[in-house]
Amino acid sequence: MDGIHDMGGMQGYGPAPAVDPDEPVFGEAWEGRAFGLSLLSMRLSGTNLQAFRHAMERLHPLRYLGEGYYGRWLNGAETLLVDSGILAAGAVDARARRLQGEEVAEPPAPEPHKPDYQPTAAGSIRAVDSPPRFSPGERVRARDLHPIGHTRLPRYVRGRTGTVEMVQKPEVLPDSHAHFEGENAQHLYAVRFDSREVWGAGAEPFALHVDLFEQYLEPAQ
Amino acid sequence: MSAENPSRPSPALRTEAMEALLVERQLVDPKMIDGFIRNYEEAVGPLNGARVVARAWTDPEYRERLLADGTAAIAELGYKGPQGEQIVAVENTPSVHHLVVCTLCSCYPWPVLGLPPSWYKDPAYRSRAVREPRALLAEMGLELGDDVEVRVWDSSAEVRYMVLPERPACTDDLSEEQLAALVTRDAMVGIARAEVPVRS
Repeated sequence: MDGIHDMGGMQGYGPAPAVDPDEPVFGEAWEGRAFGLSLLSMRLSGTNLQAFRHAMERLHPLRYLGEGYYGRWLNGAETLLVDSGILAAGAVDARARRLQGEEVAEPPAPEPHKPDYQPTAAGSIRAVDSPPRFSPGERVRARDLHPIGHTRLPRYVRGRTGTVEMVQKPEVLPDSHAHFEGENAQHLYAVRFDSREVWGAGAEPFALHVDLFEQYLEPAQ
Repeated sequence: MSAENPSRPSPALRTEAMEALLVERQLVDPKMIDGFIRNYEEAVGPLNGARVVARAWTDPEYRERLLADGTAAIAELGYKGPQGEQIVAVENTPSVHHLVVCTLCSCYPWPVLGLPPSWYKDPAYRSRAVREPRALLAEMGLELGDDVEVRVWDSSAEVRYMVLPERPACTDDLSEEQLAALVTRDAMVGIARAEVPVRS
């Protein structure tokens, strides 16, 4: 989806962030709890990492930006748990209101309805029988795809031409895996783009590498 | 308060609420969450990556293995786990500087660097690293000469990148352990160099 999460090249977010070498891992105690709950939410909801990322992408942009990194995780975890019927919609807010002293009714626990899905192995790397379609040095174009669901094809490279730099190990395709529509493991390529191909003739000169799945790519001359 | 619905309770309260709901139904053991937190606060952090870098600086064969198959070379030192299925190490030289980002979320090589710092997750970093890395790095305190080629890596799949920084000059007499102490998280993402601290 063309969402708020796809930030590469957006303008207007201001100057470089400050760097604090002594920053704690979790700035506030709740962030560590939200981190742990999020890891567990994938197991509890019978989903996967790609579905978790997509749950965060579907947040309203104001909430995506406004509640920070672990706020996004918390919201993503809640979405997975509600979508799979582990928690009722509104249950977290109702309990939180009670914790702050309000008298509100809590919805009953729903019937779980986890996705009909089992991974074939742990993690994301899978074997693929066919040889890679593209080789290092080959010119490729990122296809101009705009799926409504999850994808890991950043907007900024769509339609742009680059060169295969490395063939990575094949991985499950996020576009289908996030929606429990199959692992659809594919060859994966680190593709190198010239910055001027992506951002125009006036761009800073540099090389930009993006890891792209085979179905995101087509041959280019 | 929540951005698009200001009447929502704070994330801190909602976290407490979610944990309570799941613990009550015995779906979650709070000790597991304690364990995750402790692991990333105490065990898995940038010191792991620093040891990898120091080994590569002192052992040319290890350096070759690291650049050829980062995941396997890093596992030799015992570092693996979530967000480390495929780790690629990219080497800085006097003429090439690498920078790592994740524009789509904040993917980061946890087994070697731990969890990402705030700046790495900041929209300004995520948006600008792939568009104007030199300007961004200059603002972050790293000036690169025009003769240095900049290579940016956007972690858009499950491959994770770590930068092998250049070994600082005048460190021939340092042990591997002393060298590891010079390697910062920031140098292994590419927003800084590994440097010998200036004694005051």
